[in-house]
Formats: sequence, C-alpha cells, structure tokens
Amino acid sequence: MTGYEEIILDHWRHPRNKGRLPDATGSAVEANPLCGDVVRIEVKVEGEVLAAARFTGEGCAISLASASILTELVEGKPVAEVEKLTDEDLLAALGGVVKTRLSCALLPLRALRKALAAHPPPR
Amino acid sequence: MDERIRNDFPILDRTVHGEPLVYLDSAATSMKPRPVIEAEAHFYRESYANVRRGVYALAAEANERYEEARAKVASFIGAQPGEVVFTRGTTEALNLAAWGLGEARVEPGDEILVTEMEHHANLLPWQETARRRGARLAAAAVTPGGTLDLEDLRAKLSRRTRVLALAHVSNVLGTVNPVAAVAAEAHRVGAIVVLDAAQSVPHMPVNVGELEVDLLAFSGHKMLGPTGIGVLWGRADLLAELPPLLTGGEMVREVWLNWATWDDPPARFEGGTPPIAQAVGLGAAVDYLTRIGMEAVRRHGEELTARALDELLARPHVTVYGPRDPGARGALVAFSLAGIHPHDVATLLDQEGIAIRAGHHCAQPLHRRFGIPASCRASFHVYNTLDEVERFVSALDRVWEALR
Ligand SMILES: Cc1ncc(COP(=O)(O)O)c(C=O)c1O
Repeated sequence: MTGYEEIILDHWRHPRNKGRLPDATGSAVEANPLCGDVVRIEVKVEGEVLAAARFTGEGCAISLASASILTELVEGKPVAEVEKLTDEDLLAALGGVVKTRLSCALLPLRALRKALAAHPPPR
Repeated sequence: MDERIRNDFPILDRTVHGEPLVYLDSAATSMKPRPVIEAEAHFYRESYANVRRGVYALAAEANERYEEARAKVASFIGAQPGEVVFTRGTTEALNLAAWGLGEARVEPGDEILVTEMEHHANLLPWQETARRRGARLAAAAVTPGGTLDLEDLRAKLSRRTRVLALAHVSNVLGTVNPVAAVAAEAHRVGAIVVLDAAQSVPHMPVNVGELEVDLLAFSGHKMLGPTGIGVLWGRADLLAELPPLLTGGEMVREVWLNWATWDDPPARFEGGTPPIAQAVGLGAAVDYLTRIGMEAVRRHGEELTARALDELLARPHVTVYGPRDPGARGALVAFSLAGIHPHDVATLLDQEGIAIRAGHHCAQPLHRRFGIPASCRASFHVYNTLDEVERFVSALDRVWEALR
C-alpha cells in the first residue's frame, strides 16, 4: 500500500509541540465541521520572533501531522518570515497531500495565521 | 446476480490510481447502465422538444415520452401516474412537501415530528416550516442499537402532531424502519406521514399502497437513473390540497396581472421546463430494475451486506453502526476503525481504487447521537460483487496495519 508519506505517519504518531502555551501572545482555533477536525494553535511572539508555537487538536492524521510539522517549521523564525509562509510551503513540508485532503492539511496554517493576527502588534 | 449486469455499466471498466475501480458509494449515487445512458441520448437525438406547450408533432412526441416515464415510475411503486410529481430529486420533493403541508396543514402551536436518524434533506425543510408557521419540531430518538425508539416516537406523537416525517431506510445506520406500523399510529392522531424513500426505492420492492404513507420522496440518481430527476408521490386527495413551491410557467390555468389559478397535480408542482430527458432516463432505469426484479435486487444487496457485516464484525477494532441483521438493513454499512479518522480510511482505500464515503453523510445530528464526528460507509448496488466486498475488507486490514 502506498499510504501516507512517512513524515505524516511519524508526526501523527509522535506529535511535536503538542500542548498549550500558558503565556501565549496569540491563539486561534480553526475547525472543519464537515469532518470534525479541530486545531488550536498558540503562539508566543517575543520582539520580532515567533519564540514558541504549540497545538492541540482532534481529527484526521493529515490535519494533526500538519499541525505538528507546522509548529516545528515556524518556531524560532522571524514573524515576518512566518507571515510569508504559503500553502504550498506547508504542503511541500508534508511531502505532498492528495487533492481531496488539502483542506485537512491547511487547517493548522489557517489557525496559525489567525493566531498571529490575534497577536497584538508591538507598540 | 448475473455477471453480465456488471458489463452494462461502462464506468466500472475504469481504473483509479492504476487499480480497477471498486465503487462502494452507491448510497450517495449509483452508476448508470448503458440502457439509461442510451435512452437519454436517444431522446435528445430523436424526440426532443419542450413538453406541454407544443402544437407540433415533435412536441407531442416529447410530451408522450415524458408522460410514459411518469407512468413507468408510477407502476414501479404501485401508484397512479397522476400522483407522481417529477422533482429535481429527494431534496426538492421533501421541500415541496414541507412547504405545501406547512401552508395547508400547520398552524402556530402545532407539532412536526421527525427522527434523530434523518438525512438533512428530511430535517431542514421541516425546521424551516416549523419556524415559518410557529410550530414546534420534535425528534423521535434512536436506540443504541440504531433502530427507531418506537416508545419515544409514540410518546412524542400527540393530537398536535400534524406531520410525521421519517426515512424508510437510514442512509447511515441502514435501518429499515417499520413504516406501516408507525404510519398507522401517526394516522390515529391525524398526522400526515411523509416518507423519505431515497434509500429504499432504489434497493427493494416499494409499494405505496402497502406502506400506508401519504407522501413519499426519492431520487432517480440513486436508482441507476440520471441526476436532476426525482419524485414526490402523494395521495391524490392530499396533493390536491397543497399549494405549489415553484410558481411560473406550465403550472397554471388562467393568469391575470394580479392573480392566477393553479393547474391540477402533478402539473401544479412542476413549474418551469422540467428535466425532460432525465425523466426519460429514469423511465429507462425503472425498466432496467424491473427486468432484474426488485426482489432480486434486494436479495443481492442483502447478500453483499451480510458478507460485509460478517467480515467487519469479526474485527475487534471495527465498530459497526446500526442493526446486526442484514435482513433489517438496506444495502450499506457504516463503520469506523478504532482511533482512526474516517477520512484517513477513505483516502487510503482510494489509493487501492476502492471508493467509500467518509464524513457525516448529511446526518450530523445522528452522528452526534453516537458521539462521533464522522463515519465510513460502504454501500452497494446490483453491479457490486462478493469479490469486491472481499477486496474492500482485505484493503481495510492493510489500512489498519498501516495506521494502528
Ligand atoms: C435518506 C436520504 N434522504 C435524502 C437524500 C437526498 O437526496 P438528493 O441529494 O438526491 O436530493 C439522500 C441522499 O443523499 C438520502 O440518502
């Protein structure tokens, strides 16, 4: 069976950065009511840098693996760079995702963008 | 089932991801046999014109084909042609029923009773009618075993109940509801009984006389027919009471600038140019199913469902929803694998060419009732084989091994 890419299975079985951030500066939940996928992304921005990102969620292997991979991808990066992350960037990091499941794969990124927008800009 | 039947469905020759297609999603929509595809094409090539308005020979011929299709559908369900309204599908048929009954029968303070196992198509129209008319919407419960809770249904039927709307066969649980018995109880309190027969008419003999319901809806595309065509059957005297949902051309007698008189049923409910070729195609589907025989269709569905149930129930990591007895179900099985999201199951099966549905199957309240956001569903029709059921379960074992 071709199945899922190894990276997806790995992150689904052993999620990284799963949990809450008590001192989060931004947080957002995105859900797909059609399949019941729910992902919360919390971020901590320090100065210009996304110092920490955590996720919690329930749903399919693709959405949960994607959340795990995404948090790894963005942690420690300048916020300006994270804001430029495209859908294609994330899909590439996942090793490609079948057409029918793009909305699962991109759910965490939608949450991340909302969490960053919810983060009050530095004065 | 005769092996040659499979050869009548050209699409079943194709491959998906390099594997022969195993199509197990007929509860969503069925594939089309050559005679149906040809009937529609033939009609466009030979007899096409608009119906009802033509004085010329070709229009008369087209009208004849359209009305022949109505007569075929009527005899298929043991009805009179004048009681068969062509709609776009089950959804439109149920909207028509809910609108019409709302106008004709439902007053503020009245009640409409549905069940927890309804497809959204047999729930939302009643929500809207209840809201519009100031009526109360109640829902009869489903038991943990996936059958209708008859005690709860009885308790919720009252003198204020104007309508009982329920599915003949649940599109998730597969449960065949005891329609005649339930209808008798509803009639005792004076309620109208509306049956969502989308999952029964395509798969088993259905006779409106025996069911004792007042209105009944189904779709052509789930019974080997075209999309865009469906049926609302109604008792003649009840149809005569109902106002139209769509107003416009072809459903009127006399039109003045500020008033109009409606035509009689069924024309009253077929405003605008109807799906003519699709009706002809549905007529051909009815012929095709009749040649096989609905008893044989039912037996085949039961045989495939029995095998699927046996295999699934033998696996401790599989949860099956609905009755265990294939005789008490339609030709479908909803299930889930422990700890694995249904979409992952469906995506991995797809890579082996096996098409099943994963999601809430337009029945969110029912899934909530069972505490799950979604489920997997395999469903069958005449072209499916025991071999395909076996391929499905062995692929399912590989999914389990890959994801457990
Ligand atoms: C039980 C039931 N009711 C209603 C419908 C709606 O049918 P359609 O989409 O053809 O209007 C379906 C099919 O999806 C169904 O399974």
